[in-house]
Amino acid sequence: MEYFLTEQQKTIKRLARRIAEERILPVRAELDEKEEFPWVVMKDLADSDMFRVFIPEDYGGLGGGCLELCLVVEELSRVCSGVAVSYAASALGTFPLLEYGTEEQKRKYLPDIASGKRLAAFALTEATAGSDASAIKTAAERAPGGYMLNGTKQFITNGGEAEIYTVIALTAKERGARGASAFLVEKGTPGFSFGRKEKKMGIRASSTRELIFRDCLVPEENIIGREGVGFIMTMRLLDRSRPGVGAQAVGLAQGALEAAVDYARTRVQFGHPIISIQAVQHMLANMATEVEAARLLVYAAAKTIDSGAKNFTEEAAMAKVFASDTAMRVTTDAVQIFGGVGYMRDYPVEKMMRDAKITQIYEGSNQVLRDAIAFELRKRKARRE
Amino acid sequence: MAIQIDLDKCTGCGNCVPACPFGLLEIVEEKVRLKEGCTLCGACQEACDYEAIIVEAVEPSSVSDSYQGVWVFAEQRDGRLKSVAYELLSKGRELADTLGTELCAVCFGHGISEVKQLIAYGADKVYLVDDPALAQSQEDLYTGQLVELIEKHKPEIVLAGATSLGRSFIPRVAAILRTGLTADCTGLEIDLAGRLLLQTRPTFGGNIMATIVCQTKRPQMSTVRPRVFKKNVPDKSRKGQIIKVDLDRERTTSRTKLLSFVEDITEMVKLEDADIIVSGGRGLGKAENFQLLQELATVMGAALGSSRPPVDEGWISYSHQIGQTGKTVCPRLYIACGISGAVQHLAGMQTSDIIVAINDDPNAPIFDVVTYGIVGDLFKVVPLLIEKLKGDLA
Amino acid sequence: MNIVVCIKQVPGTTKVKIDPQTNTLVREGIENIVNPFDTYALEEGVRIKERCGGEVTTISMGPPQAEEMLREAIAVGADQAILLSDTAFAGADTLATSYTLARAIEKLGQPDLIICGRQTLDGDTGQVGPEMAEMLGLPFVAYVSKIEDIDRGYMRLQRMIEEGHEVIEVPLPAVLTVVKEINTPRLPSLRGLARSKSAVIPIWTAQELGVDKNMVGLSGSATRVINIFFPQRVHRGEILQGELESRVESLIDKLREAKII
Repeated sequence: MEYFLTEQQKTIKRLARRIAEERILPVRAELDEKEEFPWVVMKDLADSDMFRVFIPEDYGGLGGGCLELCLVVEELSRVCSGVAVSYAASALGTFPLLEYGTEEQKRKYLPDIASGKRLAAFALTEATAGSDASAIKTAAERAPGGYMLNGTKQFITNGGEAEIYTVIALTAKERGARGASAFLVEKGTPGFSFGRKEKKMGIRASSTRELIFRDCLVPEENIIGREGVGFIMTMRLLDRSRPGVGAQAVGLAQGALEAAVDYARTRVQFGHPIISIQAVQHMLANMATEVEAARLLVYAAAKTIDSGAKNFTEEAAMAKVFASDTAMRVTTDAVQIFGGVGYMRDYPVEKMMRDAKITQIYEGSNQVLRDAIAFELRKRKARRE
Repeated sequence: MAIQIDLDKCTGCGNCVPACPFGLLEIVEEKVRLKEGCTLCGACQEACDYEAIIVEAVEPSSVSDSYQGVWVFAEQRDGRLKSVAYELLSKGRELADTLGTELCAVCFGHGISEVKQLIAYGADKVYLVDDPALAQSQEDLYTGQLVELIEKHKPEIVLAGATSLGRSFIPRVAAILRTGLTADCTGLEIDLAGRLLLQTRPTFGGNIMATIVCQTKRPQMSTVRPRVFKKNVPDKSRKGQIIKVDLDRERTTSRTKLLSFVEDITEMVKLEDADIIVSGGRGLGKAENFQLLQELATVMGAALGSSRPPVDEGWISYSHQIGQTGKTVCPRLYIACGISGAVQHLAGMQTSDIIVAINDDPNAPIFDVVTYGIVGDLFKVVPLLIEKLKGDLA
Repeated sequence: MNIVVCIKQVPGTTKVKIDPQTNTLVREGIENIVNPFDTYALEEGVRIKERCGGEVTTISMGPPQAEEMLREAIAVGADQAILLSDTAFAGADTLATSYTLARAIEKLGQPDLIICGRQTLDGDTGQVGPEMAEMLGLPFVAYVSKIEDIDRGYMRLQRMIEEGHEVIEVPLPAVLTVVKEINTPRLPSLRGLARSKSAVIPIWTAQELGVDKNMVGLSGSATRVINIFFPQRVHRGEILQGELESRVESLIDKLREAKII
């Protein structure tokens, strides 16, 4: 299918695929088995300028937008979602700086992120605050020189590996929705430590850790934006990054689909390859159609964001919901097509199925996002009346 | 260019297009068109039913008959002659006899033992340059010295082993003499009519064989890989001359300096690059039995591989594992010992050129993909194989 | 340091299949790639440049479509690329190829180092490196697996031989051929790809090189292919029969016939 990508976008997609096939494919099983963070691949991505894709030219980037980021994430995810999410989470962790950072902050941090020298991460979730983001407890109290952070963040992707963290903390609890602010906290700051690495069902190459703040003094100049914009900033940033999660899901589903087709062509039962069985053909046809639809929805959402649209909550949510549900279905069907061997860890599809589940959960669970889509529908209808 | 295409005769049938090994032909607007790079091999002429392509026949041109004799560069290391020297002398004897000329061995080094063996293997003369400066196979000196000898004695054919030494310095000799060199020959024949050496070698990784000649330049030079030609039985009663030659120190000095040599005892042959792999499976029974396979591998110059069960059991390290979760290999010869042939293993080796399996279970699935199978006890078959191969090499 | 890397465009696969009915080549889907061994040479050249400063020029003798491959070389770090292309160069054996490349290198001025891959996928001879070195009158080392040090006009390196490896000191300028073990070639970067897209790649013809037409191409070749044929494929699926000893002997004979041992 024709996606009407520009030459530059095609170049980025092609290079990302090469990196995925030549550098990630040989090690993905081992990374998953050992739950190892893919530092070597991060270096390969850095050397190929992949981290520059989402950063403006003024700060060492190549000036790409949401679609460029999605293209990279999709290609990496086609081979390993765990590696893809490590890359994508660094982009998410950079968005607050890009959107709300001061000139000084941008000059200080963006070049290192662009060169891949340092990774970033975004820290919102806590034990008491998943879908209900406003229930966070981590507090940032004014103190001489800046803010004193106290609290614990949970399930942070790139936790422990990243050096630059955007942390959402309460500066004025009584102000409710206007009570949180965003802070830039560097690894190694006294009072900032990490909990143990989580053992996950899937995306095991990705590092997921608790962030622990105990009287962690964050300097004055590290607040991003003004006090009180924390939640609004978060909502907008997550909208912006949702197509990326959608891209992760699309890539994952694509990889599973390709593996299933290859297997069905070679596996012979009852004297014929199983792809000659109509039941299998229909499964594959459905899988392929859904993956294509998901991809187009993700690309359309990304292009909408890149066009400068003011509000893209609905498009971003749709892309993420549809793509992640598709990935879960397609990877499950892929295992089914592989049959018994698909259940064995020697073959790549069981990992893909394990990797898919989280895409339906994080960055806005699909239930919460359906609420958001419905809300947009009602809002639009209400405005017309 | 000596290839002519008659467009009137050409019908655009396209039979010539796939025949060209270099993909240089295409049909454009129903007529054939030739791209750059034609080597006049003539495959297209053969494929054309309409005589629309004519490749001019190779003319035997006049070559100075002052070039006579077949020479073999007899390589040695640390004073011991290499087997390839004897292999080439055996073949060289055949070529010299066909041409009715003499066979000479050329040997450089220091303190080389058993030089007389070169005569036993067929040489009529041995040019021996024995000098301490040559003890380390100094390539600058070897190059200069061989050029000097060739210019003085004018052999018509020079053969050398395609070893790392041979492939390093023989091209330099050819370049200085401005003559043709054909590497890695697997076949050498004489065309008496033109007194030409017909050199056959593999190209495209062995998928296409090419026969090459060096028409007008002399000597005609070839390198040959070890174990391609068989050694004759040496005849100790053969007579020949050993001619000592002094190293020509004025001709060339050595520019490179050998600082040290490190012997490689660990991985003799890398699995992914190996031409031959000997591989073991569950049928081996225990870790120690890999030594038997290693012995076979060493005799054949092969790498050692394994299916998954031995690795899981800890009998051999993971770097040797071949299969779905190990390495994928495609050697010329894959010998599977005590391997049942599970799908996961086949995925890693089934594109090998020749597959041999030794297994005592006649129903093992590996026998469905073999080129040659031996149903039997590997602990009897493998030692026998080793014994016979060793006997041939000795 | 001025470094020249010689690269060649070769068919993308040696697994050329044979149509069993017509006994001819099946060529669909075979695209051209840069000779894999040359990618190691290029990577080493770029690494040395990054270490010591200087410039990497990559040259190739080939048909016009080889320009694409030279662009890829720029995307992985070469500073400039030059294509030697002329119908006069076609049909060259290693002698004529080496002469042509040597003349081009002379035209570039005196480089400090010339690096080639150890052999090509299609020709497999490994002869161009050493022949070129001799024509340039430069020292030559083959099968280099590691460059240990470059200091005051000398290079200390490791090179592989059958029995192990040697540590050798060679004066510069010199010609090297390298093996796969020497490095892991990098992938292109996005900025490199942008650079390669806008790069101007000059094409030097026989006239511009000032070569003697009798020394290049088919005319300058000392060897010529007079026949090509497809090796006999070994038939599948024979379970050897008979006494154990005779089965083993039979196997050895068959392997010998196939020129494997």
